[in-house]
Amino acid sequence: MRASGAILVIIGVFFGLMGIVYWYTSYEDAGFLMLMGSALLGILPGAYYLWWSKRMKPLEGDDPDASVSDGAGIIDSFPGSSIWPFLLGMGAMFATLTFVFGLWLAPIALVLGLSAVIGAVVESRRGGTV
Amino acid sequence: MTTTIESPGLIEPEESGAPDGHGGGHGPDEHDHAASHAHHEGPTGILNWLTSTDHKVIGKSYMITSLVLFFISGAMALVMRAQLSNPTSSLVNFQTYNELFTMHGSLMLYLFAGPFAFGGLANYIVPIQIGAPDMAFPRLNALSYWLYLGGSTIMTLSFVVAGGAASFGWVAYAPLSDAINSPGAGTDMWLMALGLTGFSAIFTGVNLVATIFYLRAPGMTMFRIPLFSWNMLVTGILILIAFPVLFGAVVMLFCDRHFGTHIYSVNGGGVPVLWQHLFWFFGHPEVYILALPYFGIVTDIIPVFSRKPLFGYRGMVFATLSIAALSTGVWAHHMFTTGVVLLPFFSLLSYLIAVPTGIKFFNWIGTMWGGQLSFQTPMLFSMGFLFAFLMGGVTGVLLASPPVDFMTHDTYFVVAHFHQVLIGTTVFAGFAGFYFWYPKMFGRMLSERLGKIHFWLLFIGFWVTFIPQYIVGLDGMPRRVAGYLPSNGWTGLNVISTLGALIIGISFLFFLVNLVTSWRKPVPAGDNPWDGGALEWFTSSPPPHHNFTHLPPIRSERPTWDYNHPEHRKDESHGDKRQREHDKEPVGANS
Repeated sequence: MRASGAILVIIGVFFGLMGIVYWYTSYEDAGFLMLMGSALLGILPGAYYLWWSKRMKPLEGDDPDASVSDGAGIIDSFPGSSIWPFLLGMGAMFATLTFVFGLWLAPIALVLGLSAVIGAVVESRRGGTV
Repeated sequence: MTTTIESPGLIEPEESGAPDGHGGGHGPDEHDHAASHAHHEGPTGILNWLTSTDHKVIGKSYMITSLVLFFISGAMALVMRAQLSNPTSSLVNFQTYNELFTMHGSLMLYLFAGPFAFGGLANYIVPIQIGAPDMAFPRLNALSYWLYLGGSTIMTLSFVVAGGAASFGWVAYAPLSDAINSPGAGTDMWLMALGLTGFSAIFTGVNLVATIFYLRAPGMTMFRIPLFSWNMLVTGILILIAFPVLFGAVVMLFCDRHFGTHIYSVNGGGVPVLWQHLFWFFGHPEVYILALPYFGIVTDIIPVFSRKPLFGYRGMVFATLSIAALSTGVWAHHMFTTGVVLLPFFSLLSYLIAVPTGIKFFNWIGTMWGGQLSFQTPMLFSMGFLFAFLMGGVTGVLLASPPVDFMTHDTYFVVAHFHQVLIGTTVFAGFAGFYFWYPKMFGRMLSERLGKIHFWLLFIGFWVTFIPQYIVGLDGMPRRVAGYLPSNGWTGLNVISTLGALIIGISFLFFLVNLVTSWRKPVPAGDNPWDGGALEWFTSSPPPHHNFTHLPPIRSERPTWDYNHPEHRKDESHGDKRQREHDKEPVGANS
């Protein structure tokens, strides 16, 4: 966790420095804002990881001397097969096509998308701990 | 070829109760085992394909889809080369030619090169390499694929709508891409396809990062994961930086086209060059999103066929991270000729990228140095990558110099440069990875003889196609033209280039024959046909549902090698010391 967080923070800080250098050499706002956005994108999750790395049980994956039996037990529960990602993907496709060919496609997109969202949520509830 | 010898005495049993999706909280008992087995049986045939959340099925779907698009897009390239082999050819008209080069670029870059790597190979290989049972978010992973398929379908079908497909180049510069200059549904479909595949890539990026951060097997620390997984982690981070910018740019362009905004049009006070800033802020990291996975593939292949551990593991990781960091600071080297960007800043940073790339080259050579090299197909393709990418990279360094760029901008010199970079990575290294991991994915070998014919034809065709393009580019031939004058004197070089493209096309017929042969007359691969060292070679080919029934102890970057060759096992104290220096986590805190 420490290594993971540190990677993100270091990259983010680098972008921040680049952004500052870039601003004072060019005064160009689009690039400056995007570099600052990238800096946040590294620093925010990286700091979150670092914060948690001090507070949670270390991952077995981070322990160089961990034996396989240290990881015994449940890793997590993974969903089996599910039709909802397919329907949600198709819903998204029809939603974008609505923007191109007109509102007559919207009902198809809505039906597919809503059923997929509801279906996936219900499935998660039934599926136990996720 | 040696294969793994099963000797269960040394294997520690893995967490047997893992993943099954039916109510957590069970201990590792018989019931659980039965449940996960039942899952494995699950739906079959097309229903399995539609509903699977298994990263292996999704990875294969990604690979098949992207290869189909690769062949469609390659056919477009052949039509374009045929058109250019004759200065006044009328094989296709100018509008069709514009559509062809736009769709060739879009299909190759958005729908083949990226998804083949991070959706296909990485999806399949990364969880196995790090000892994970699946990706961190399996249903999100499935959604990624369906969004990608939807986007691909929309983009490919845009050829059949009135007005034809998008025809402004894969970069879609404003104001050429606005509603007046590019009317019609084809352009809108192109934008929508970008939106869908963009989200698909973002979800895959999230999945890769979360998987590599959280689902590593016990003992598989960050500095023990194979370089391919490292590269995919960094690619995932780059995706998260780059693709949201593209999506924002695309939405704003759509608003300009249909909702009366003036973000990119001068009429309403907008700034057309903003599109270029946004696009290339996505576009240059995208180049590394396309390149890093393939660097990773080659970095995994070369040690296996050199019978040596990787030279400079830490250096490689550092180089990968530096390339990623620098890649977001170089976007405007595509915009030198606009006259509104800061030349020294972007030129310097572009030159700097040559340093970590050079580190990688030296480490690849260092890995081969003194090794017992064997040139099987994956290694041959990796060698092809080294030559091709070196040539593409060196001409890239030339283009980072503003005066050279002013001279060669929008000529065939640039076309030859980025084709050498991209074919070097996505085709040479991509197919190296395909030949390397195909036995793992399908449990059968590809023919070495056909593979080598494929390689040599591709390698020869590659140079014959693109070297003349450099020359004709320096002579001033602009890109994106459907014809030229006989008096320009470019005919001979273009004919040679077209012949080269034809050779490349023929080489892929051997690839298809190879695939068909391996399905008609399968040659069983065994678990570890190349005697590889990473974790994916430990499990069966193809791997079982949730990947591992057992895991070896993980004490170095090459757990499978340590397990199969105990006499060569790395000095553990050395490995652990290096490890502690970096992770600084209390060793054994968990035991």
